[in-house]
Amino acid sequence: MTETRTAPPAGGGAPSPRPARSGRLRPPRRRRPTGAEETRAGWLLSAPALLALLLFLVAPVLMALWVSFLDWNGQSNPFDGDQEFVGADNYRRLLAEDTLLHRDFMVSVRNTVYFVALNVPAVTALAFALALVVNQRILKGRGFFRTVFYFPSITSSVAVSIVFLFLFQGSGAVNGLLALAGVDGPNWFTDSRGVLHILMAALGLTEPGRTPEWAGGTLGGLPLWEWLSGPSVAMCAIIALTTWASSGTFMLFFLAGLQNIPASVYEAAMIDGASAWQRFRYVTLPLMRRSVTLVMTLALIASWQVFDQVYIMSQGSPAKTTLTPAYLSYARSFGDGQFGAGAAMAFVLFAIIVVLTVVQRWIGRERD
Amino acid sequence: MRSHPVGRVGAAAAAGTCLALLLTACGSGYGDTPEGDGALTVLFGSSGEAETAAVKAALAAWSEESGVPAEAIPAQDLVQQLRQGFAGGDPADVFYVSPDLFQQYAEGGSLYPYGDQIEDVDDFYPALRDSYTYEDELYCVPKDYNTHALVINTDLWEEAGLGDDDIPTSWEELAETAEQLTEGDRVGFALNGDYNSAGTFMLQAGGWFVNDDNTEATGDTPENLAALDYLTTGLDEGYFSFVKDIDAQSGSEALGRGRAAMVMDGGWVTGAFDNDYPELNWRAVELPEGPGGQATTVFSNCWGIAEASGDHEAAVDLVRYLTSPEQQQAFAEDFGAVPPRESLADWTAETFPEKAAFAAGVDYARGQVPVPGFMSVLNEFTTGMQGVAAGSAEPADVLAQLQRDGEEALGE
Repeated sequence: MTETRTAPPAGGGAPSPRPARSGRLRPPRRRRPTGAEETRAGWLLSAPALLALLLFLVAPVLMALWVSFLDWNGQSNPFDGDQEFVGADNYRRLLAEDTLLHRDFMVSVRNTVYFVALNVPAVTALAFALALVVNQRILKGRGFFRTVFYFPSITSSVAVSIVFLFLFQGSGAVNGLLALAGVDGPNWFTDSRGVLHILMAALGLTEPGRTPEWAGGTLGGLPLWEWLSGPSVAMCAIIALTTWASSGTFMLFFLAGLQNIPASVYEAAMIDGASAWQRFRYVTLPLMRRSVTLVMTLALIASWQVFDQVYIMSQGSPAKTTLTPAYLSYARSFGDGQFGAGAAMAFVLFAIIVVLTVVQRWIGRERD
Repeated sequence: MRSHPVGRVGAAAAAGTCLALLLTACGSGYGDTPEGDGALTVLFGSSGEAETAAVKAALAAWSEESGVPAEAIPAQDLVQQLRQGFAGGDPADVFYVSPDLFQQYAEGGSLYPYGDQIEDVDDFYPALRDSYTYEDELYCVPKDYNTHALVINTDLWEEAGLGDDDIPTSWEELAETAEQLTEGDRVGFALNGDYNSAGTFMLQAGGWFVNDDNTEATGDTPENLAALDYLTTGLDEGYFSFVKDIDAQSGSEALGRGRAAMVMDGGWVTGAFDNDYPELNWRAVELPEGPGGQATTVFSNCWGIAEASGDHEAAVDLVRYLTSPEQQQAFAEDFGAVPPRESLADWTAETFPEKAAFAAGVDYARGQVPVPGFMSVLNEFTTGMQGVAAGSAEPADVLAQLQRDGEEALGE
């Protein structure tokens, strides 16, 4: 908390008014508050926020943690002791045993790994590009474009999902465009074929619809060949939607980062004769490192929590290739009445996200 | 940030106390049976404006008669809202319950069994009463029903030179007719491809997902294999198709857009045809017989009453009113709900001839699997069927998986 005492930003900002050193007017003397009083005031002032956090964040999390150790059907009070306490059974069934729950979860993890691998780089690049565009001084109507690019972020995800359903229909606009280019588009939301499988078959490495011998094993209850499927065609449509819909918010993060770079740095680079590309590569990019790390971290977290699009568009189909952990947790809880398993899944998901975020922050850390 | 050690400990203690208080406060809302408040709430998943208006009108009429206020709440997501009510100890008094969730609710003690208080309960079809019976007790009475039937595009039918005598009555004839009607990118016969549609063929073959008492998994039986093999042959030959594979969301869309000449679907197609394809000429006939005889799946909802409701007497009285023959006739006329009473069978057939085939199936139908935890099993089976259609899975493997998953869900 000491960082906040550093010097004010170099450029801009009104100069802080200094007290006039005249002998005639002296402010009335006040007793300085003691440390204890300051502490009390601090707690008092932060109490409302703290209470809200406890009530709406910490308490529900602890309650869910308790539920994850129960065999609870969601029809009674989970705190009255009538439910069977099953210890780590839910976690064991989820992670260690060859159950349908375990297989479903591994499928959803597989799907999400590919989701992350495509969505995170794509949304980072797109948002960065958009921010660079709207940060241009010479661009006319910057305000207009900023609004337009930000628009998907404030549009209801339900509405966006339904529009995408129409766009990606077999006879929809996307396939219409592809047809203009002479490509026979797939039946997007019913095509469960993995993109990597299609690619490998197209390159003649494998036979379509058949598992090659070298991929015969299983990993975590799922055949190796299934792990290597890549995102399904249906999942690609959902990834496209998510990338498009979240780019606006991340553009704002980048825009804030770009505007924090003092113009003098660019001027110095120009005097040194740096080209536009060199200015971007050696000035902008290094200075934007923290923004990039931030956006990638947030995109990673959001990717593991995808729910609405799946709930509205596909409910996990075709062939469970759009099943995500968040949706599976919901389906298990509300469909099968296995709230304990659903809650356990939520906590495993939480652990995955924490570990991945730590790893990513470690990779993206400032090195000197 | 500076802070006194004492202050910090004190603050932590205070925060801990706060949290404990919060948790108990959150917990205390659960489980108390609310006192009857002399008014009823009715939560229902509506099929559209017509149903919402009809239910509201019926409730208003009953309130007028009984003097008890009743509020209709059309649900956005019935299952979720209902569960929130159960968990919070304050559910709606009366609500729709589907067979696949019925047993979960009955087992969990959320439903008030009132079947024995309905005087003429024997008038409701046995297949429907079975769906809502748990441990020999009828918990709730059906509100309406539908079954799978064969829906035909009559223009294409006549174009192919087919007449009334050609309506398929066996699996062989269905395959032949479908082959005859397949042309270009139009398939002869399309079905949804989910567990419900495959299940209907399994019933016709004499198989099913579970045994008669719903206590044992019967996934990998020869009967089920016969059903899947029959479907697979048709899919491979190209005269059967799952609707999603011909770019349709439902059977009615596949038929309406001319992508299929015949589809298997439920009575809800009538509404879809009226709204989306008013020009379409169609008729519905009963499904052909399989090797195991005539069979179909019946879909329904019942009027559940919450155990936690404080107004059981008024709620039962309301349900009695809503399921009376007169009110069921009104619902049938308002939004097409098929009356679940045998005494109304003739009236239904005369008044709605286009629905006769859907209504008739109930005599030999079976309801959806009610076993808790089976939804995931059936979804996995649907995934397997998609694999079969895509040629990447074998029917026998899919059924073996169904057997393992079924045993797991039933705790065998």
